[in-house]
Amino acid sequence: MSERATSTGKAGMNLTLKIWRQNGAADRGQMVTYQVDDVSPDMSFLEMLDVLNERLTLEGADPVAFDHDCREGICGMCGMVINGVAHGEQRATTTCQLHMRHFRDGDTITIEPWRAAPFPVVKDLVVDRSAFDRIIQAGGFISVPAGSAPDAHAVPVPKADADAAFDAATCIGCGACVAACPNGSASLFTAAKITHLGLLPQGQPERASRAKAMVEQMDAEGFGGCTNTGECTAVCPKGIPLDAIARMNADYLKTAGK
Amino acid sequence: MAVTGAVLVLFLVGHMLGNLKVFLGADSFNHYAEWLRTVGEPALPHRTLLTIVEIVLTLAVVLHMWSAVSLARRAAKARPVKYAARVKPQAGGYATRTMRYGGVIVLLFVIWHLLDLTFGVVNPEGGSATPYDRVVADFAPGRWWVTVFYLVALVMVGLHLRHGLWSALQTLGLAHRYRALKAASTVVSVVLVAGFVAVPVTVMIGVVK
Repeated sequence: MSERATSTGKAGMNLTLKIWRQNGAADRGQMVTYQVDDVSPDMSFLEMLDVLNERLTLEGADPVAFDHDCREGICGMCGMVINGVAHGEQRATTTCQLHMRHFRDGDTITIEPWRAAPFPVVKDLVVDRSAFDRIIQAGGFISVPAGSAPDAHAVPVPKADADAAFDAATCIGCGACVAACPNGSASLFTAAKITHLGLLPQGQPERASRAKAMVEQMDAEGFGGCTNTGECTAVCPKGIPLDAIARMNADYLKTAGK
Repeated sequence: MAVTGAVLVLFLVGHMLGNLKVFLGADSFNHYAEWLRTVGEPALPHRTLLTIVEIVLTLAVVLHMWSAVSLARRAAKARPVKYAARVKPQAGGYATRTMRYGGVIVLLFVIWHLLDLTFGVVNPEGGSATPYDRVVADFAPGRWWVTVFYLVALVMVGLHLRHGLWSALQTLGLAHRYRALKAASTVVSVVLVAGFVAVPVTVMIGVVK
């Protein structure tokens, strides 16, 4: 399968991959070097790993475990630190939507899992992000009476609030913010959820208690403290703005002493 | 971090404005220093204002450092396994990355600065000279290295403020207008540093003598 032309006219690339391999949480883990040849620039990053895994499987070796699901950039399952940047250097892009055309023939690519104590490695590049689920369970919901759906225009929402809430709601919970934060803080994720619900009328009754519960859960999970470095928003595939963290802080401070 | 930082910034504003009195002449500058010690007398005891300021600042510095150390410790605990690849910062923010070591440098500078112009221990005129004479002797052209040291330290202070000011607003939940507040933080930092830098530089080049 060599000399195969691709639609972009670039020939296949030969890449050296340094991948974190760790066989379960108890294993110490180490970086292992692989060679992948004839990589098409049209492939996504995950398809490139699929090619490696097919070969490893055929060779009887253990394929590299990584999380993925929709491969359309909307589910939040995939994510790895590529050359020291969460989801790679392409901005506002999940790993599955990162394409190999951003790499060059002969490149060495270092691939690591999200690194954070609350995200223990399950295997290789797969980490357990249940900590995020527990933050959501602590308060990332609204309590509404069940029954038939209310009229869509029964509760008016100002356009600006609807837009800002929607921007925050685009968070897919991938965890890149934690992976990129020099403090290992989950503030952007938590703030996105708090902003999303806190800007809408339906979220008002529980606004303060939600912020308190979610921030306390975030701290209890062992995430670091926010020092406003902005690394999170820079790598966020959805570009969740840093303003969200200010909103979270404002809501949280209202509950101080309560 | 934010509250103690805000206290320190308020002090810096007053300190910078006070320093500028050096351009109004020796009498004005010395009289200002004297006034700081005698303000409120005889209703208040000698040095009431200064003592209060000293206590508040010491507390603020200690609590500021305590916050910084606990944040750094939490960060270390939250990422026990480091990345193998060199992490490439994506947010720019040179000032942001200088906060921790920059803070230590600023602390060392403050210690030197107190020994120099407050206690006069390392000042050529000693502690008994008037404040104006101490300043002029300190930054004399022959002692250019002292001026250079102050300039470097003040730039570190400026970088620290540039991130610190905006970050404090963000922490206190006030930073909804991201760009405007970030720009305002930069302007305030530059004005403060320029005000501080003005004194040693003008003394060194002989404008103030």
